[in-house]
Amino acid sequence: MIKSYPIKIFVPRDSSALSLGADRTAKAIQAEADKRGITIELIRNGSRGLFWLEPLVEVATDEGRVAYAPVQPKDVASLFDADFLKPDSKTAAAHKLNLGLTEELTWLKQQQRLTFARVGVTDPVSLDDYLAHDGYKGLQNALRMTGAEIVKSVTDSGLRGRGGAAFPTGIKWNTVLGCQSEQKYIVCNADEGDSGTYSDRMIMEDDPFVLIEGMTIAGIAVGANMGYIYLRSEYPYALKTLNEAILKAEQAGYLGDKICDSNHTFKLEVRRAAGAYICGEETSLLESLEGRRGQVRFKPPLPAIEGLFGKPTVVNNVISLATIPIILDKGAQFYADYGMGRSRGTLPIQLAGNIKQTGLVELAFGATLRELLYDFGGGSATGRAIRAVQVGGPLGAYLPESQFDTPLDYEEFSKIWAVLGHGGIVAFDDTVDMSKMARYAFEFCAIESCGKCTPCRIGSTRGVEVIDRIIANKSNAKEHAKQVQLVRDLSDTMFDGSLCALGGMTPYPVLSAMNHFGEDFGLEAKGLETFKSAQIKQVAA
Amino acid sequence: MTALTKENSSQIAARISFHLATHKTMPGALLPLLHAIQGDIGYIPEDAYLPISKALALSVAEVHGVVTFYHHFRRHPAGKHILQICCAESCQAMGGEKLATHIKQTLGIDYHETTKDGAVTLEPVYCLGNCACSPAVMLDEVVYGRMDATKMAELISEARAV
Repeated sequence: MIKSYPIKIFVPRDSSALSLGADRTAKAIQAEADKRGITIELIRNGSRGLFWLEPLVEVATDEGRVAYAPVQPKDVASLFDADFLKPDSKTAAAHKLNLGLTEELTWLKQQQRLTFARVGVTDPVSLDDYLAHDGYKGLQNALRMTGAEIVKSVTDSGLRGRGGAAFPTGIKWNTVLGCQSEQKYIVCNADEGDSGTYSDRMIMEDDPFVLIEGMTIAGIAVGANMGYIYLRSEYPYALKTLNEAILKAEQAGYLGDKICDSNHTFKLEVRRAAGAYICGEETSLLESLEGRRGQVRFKPPLPAIEGLFGKPTVVNNVISLATIPIILDKGAQFYADYGMGRSRGTLPIQLAGNIKQTGLVELAFGATLRELLYDFGGGSATGRAIRAVQVGGPLGAYLPESQFDTPLDYEEFSKIWAVLGHGGIVAFDDTVDMSKMARYAFEFCAIESCGKCTPCRIGSTRGVEVIDRIIANKSNAKEHAKQVQLVRDLSDTMFDGSLCALGGMTPYPVLSAMNHFGEDFGLEAKGLETFKSAQIKQVAA
Repeated sequence: MTALTKENSSQIAARISFHLATHKTMPGALLPLLHAIQGDIGYIPEDAYLPISKALALSVAEVHGVVTFYHHFRRHPAGKHILQICCAESCQAMGGEKLATHIKQTLGIDYHETTKDGAVTLEPVYCLGNCACSPAVMLDEVVYGRMDATKMAELISEARAV
């Protein structure tokens, strides 16, 4: 069979892959090829999201891409010795790092990748690659529609804000569409600060054009001609990739005046955040974009009506915006056909912490935590029992094993007084001390509080102290009971009285740790149910 | 804080004026401006507050308020290298705390401090988005995953060598 040369080799440029040495691997492959006089085309793709296998190297063949992983520089010579670039090489097939066709890997095959369809497949900064893989099809459709039609399509898809609040995206857009204003804005919340989450980062580093396309469609839909991506400062790689992609989109007429020869204008700028977790809250994000301290604003007015610089503003998370192109390409119904109940479509889930097979799993809503932890995750990394799982970032509840069968669905999670948030799952093995995790939740709140409201500013610091007293008074029953009551009262105050989710949701990790892992606090498990039901009632109200 | 020499401080003033000129008309200019100054000089000198406040029609207190609100902005020069240790949950689940204690002992400093030789400034960070490869650290904007004491020692000695 005649092969087209040079052979394409893919080595990821995603920062997690780089953190495990992907650059060194890429260099070693190029050097070895040069040494042997073999011409290769080295492509730096995004990551497929199988992070436990990074650096994952792929070789293009007629049958598809063949994966080798994890490939360290020391493995490179043996791969060349095994003729891994030669089609049908038997020695390459027998190589210990050969995983077969990437697309056939069970881990990937069992996913439903819609938002992440291109991630890991393409070169993130190649516009040609993006276009060759269905890129900008959504925009082409959107250009033939009215703003109201686009908004209706987004509403019908059932898409809810993937940042964590799960507010219907179409309703938000409709409010902005209905505002009369010369100037409107699209703001992308890329301040992904939750531990255990990295799906925003992956989109921005591994398929930035999909976010650019989504924001452009949003601009056309609501009549906004300017967009900002508020990007956390901890993501320097994403900054570089986004700026490179924006420049390419501008040069090709996908951004700027007269987009694709239409009458629409849309400009885009990346703004760097500065390490304040609170700026992931939309109103404090807007304050920060305007050049002030990131302090939470009172609502109303809603940002949709009076947002950035006082103008109507769509503020959406990266994943929400990156999902818009596929909805506009394949239709609202196509997207809505995935999922369960009121949670439509897919959720990019991020497996993190003490899990053997960490990585990105995009699935329709409805899979259980157990499937994710064990079928995809393969159990804990340390080989010990998984004792606690925090879902939805530092403000999410800790779930015990008895709740692992809960389906990933916004409503099902709120029924058990937990949150799905941004889809991050952090597992802990049985060596974890949950009283320390509860203490950390308060501590984190204290470090990151913007200071505007008292329950959060003062409550978080008092919370750390009370947890310390609970731990110190395990053998003093009277004092212990008093402190336990105190932390519950404090949690109630923070839950009901905080201005935003930082103070308001810190009780989730704290109380779930106490309720489900009472033994770590010197509590007996008995009698906790009553309190939990009271909390559930509160959430329902 | 190292006292600025006269010559040094006039150079810094010139660089600050340059950044002011390039950012002045930008909507919501303060954060991009502070990033530009810190990216160039390494920190935000207090001497910059007055010219910034004049250029952006703010009070000096407002500028100070913004600089001190954000963890990323530093008011004093850092060491030659900045080492950020992730302290968030995912890294904690993989022994991050133990690693952090080890690093502090090895370097002989706590968070927000710089080694005596001026080589390394240590900072805590709450998530680097590398949670699939915990524990994670970032050295001068390069991220490293699945860190352990051995890899840390190599990284630090490599950094010290340059």
